[in-house]
Amino acid sequence: MSAFLEIEGLSAVLAGTGARLLRSVSLAVDTGEVRGLVGESGAGKSMIGKAVLGILPKAVRVAEGAIRLDGHDLLAMRPADRRRLIGSVAALIPQDPLTALNPSKRIGPQITDRLVDILGWGKADAQARALELLGEVHIEDPERVIGRYPHELSGGMRQRILIASAFAAEPRLIIADEPTTALDVTVQKQILKLIGEMQAHHGTALVFVTHDLGVVSKVCQSLSVLYAGKVVEDARVADFFAAPRHAYSRALLAATPKYTDPAASLQPVDPSVIEAVTAEVAVADREWIHGR
Amino acid sequence: MLDGRAAVRRRINARLWLSGGWLALLAIVALLAPWLAPKDPLAQDLFAARLPPFWMAGAEPGFWLGTDSLGRDVLSRIMHGARIALAVALVAGIATCLIGSALGLVAGFMRGWADRIISRLVDIWMAFPPVLFAILLIAVLGTGLHSIIIAIVVIDWTRFCRVVRAEALNQSAMDYVASAKVAGRTRLSIMVREILPNVLPTIVALVTLEMGIAVIVEAILSFVNLSISTDAPTWGGMIAEGRISIHQAWWVLVFPLVTLFLTVLSFSQFGEGLKDHFDPVLR
Repeated sequence: MSAFLEIEGLSAVLAGTGARLLRSVSLAVDTGEVRGLVGESGAGKSMIGKAVLGILPKAVRVAEGAIRLDGHDLLAMRPADRRRLIGSVAALIPQDPLTALNPSKRIGPQITDRLVDILGWGKADAQARALELLGEVHIEDPERVIGRYPHELSGGMRQRILIASAFAAEPRLIIADEPTTALDVTVQKQILKLIGEMQAHHGTALVFVTHDLGVVSKVCQSLSVLYAGKVVEDARVADFFAAPRHAYSRALLAATPKYTDPAASLQPVDPSVIEAVTAEVAVADREWIHGR
Repeated sequence: MLDGRAAVRRRINARLWLSGGWLALLAIVALLAPWLAPKDPLAQDLFAARLPPFWMAGAEPGFWLGTDSLGRDVLSRIMHGARIALAVALVAGIATCLIGSALGLVAGFMRGWADRIISRLVDIWMAFPPVLFAILLIAVLGTGLHSIIIAIVVIDWTRFCRVVRAEALNQSAMDYVASAKVAGRTRLSIMVREILPNVLPTIVALVTLEMGIAVIVEAILSFVNLSISTDAPTWGGMIAEGRISIHQAWWVLVFPLVTLFLTVLSFSQFGEGLKDHFDPVLR
């Protein structure tokens, strides 16, 4: 039995320059599993999610590799079929709740439009489902909120609505792209708890993109550490925090500030580690270019 | 968990009332001009030439705003002129808006080659001086109401195209567009149902502004005698005639000028007011 989402040797290049943004990335996420994607900014974490969901920027092109979603090879499918498949089994929790809701649409339709237009639900069913979901994400008085415009709600509430909206059609895979980065710390904690709760309740496969290892230790079962678009370590979370194998992972873990001693624990990643991992990436690149 | 943001209510402000009121009045006058106008706008009476408006000595009852040098009633001519001005404003404004906005939306959302072609076309188009371009077009198309409308549309679609493209470009970068793509919506549906509503307040402001511009362009072309027949009551034509007799009869020039000024001002203020009123987010 293969995993629900499988990515094999995925490379993405910047059209024009041919620079590699993703370097033969492989990973798998099973139904009910939460996988964290961690790395520095620009390491390609979000790019992987975008490649899976078919929303890569125009300038980025998949050069090789395969993405299998529920056994279907996404890159071999016709665009219309791919869109339909992704629309019915996958969903996105975007990074910035402030721009992720359409400012000119009321909350209700933002949740139900997809159910009605794409999946063919009845209007009344969709409405009932939206109310139920708003309840699930702990929004009080859903009947009132459903008639509101996004700008009338706070950031935390908008993120709750986005989570509700992502789970609306019972997707089997959700990609959460730094869902808590734009929120303040107290709200972050609630939202993380909520995502964990919803995921456990619905048994969804979840890809959690973040730069925060603390978050990974709380919500994920497995993780992939990325550096410059290359997976340097793929591990179970328990194993990783007990004994990270790659030098870069160890350095990253060591760089996580501890609240007990913030001043002393705030260490940058050692330059020698960066050098080593950069060299590793360069070797991989040479092999890749050679092999083509 | 609701906060104060939902409690904000907006009132219709004085700007919207005043400009809207003037435009409504003008629309009623234009619609009912044949019945409302006290005199025949074309009837000449050389014995009643250059009669002053009603409050001045020598005014004759029935000619409220006086008569021009051919004895035609100024008020009736302004009222009939409103028909032409508003017809041009509506038809040209809406046609310009449809063409310009559609191209702008496609360019801003689709990007790529569609954007390159449309944007280059706009750049080239805007290199032509508009008034000369208009006169050239009238020369080619011949005079008449439809030529004026076509000229305005052909010249001014770029105004919409540029602004709508920029807005669509902005909106397309938002996460809600990415979510809509993931949800399986087609590009056409995203463009029309997600992006268009957010660009609409801007389009509304532009379309009313464009109507004001259309009124001005019509007046300019009438002023240089490139509009419809010389006899027909147009505001621009009246201003041109009034200019000649300014020293003997200022009212022939001033009343159509004031009407034109108020109308153009109202169009632009009305658009801005509507934009603020309908924009879901207070900007």
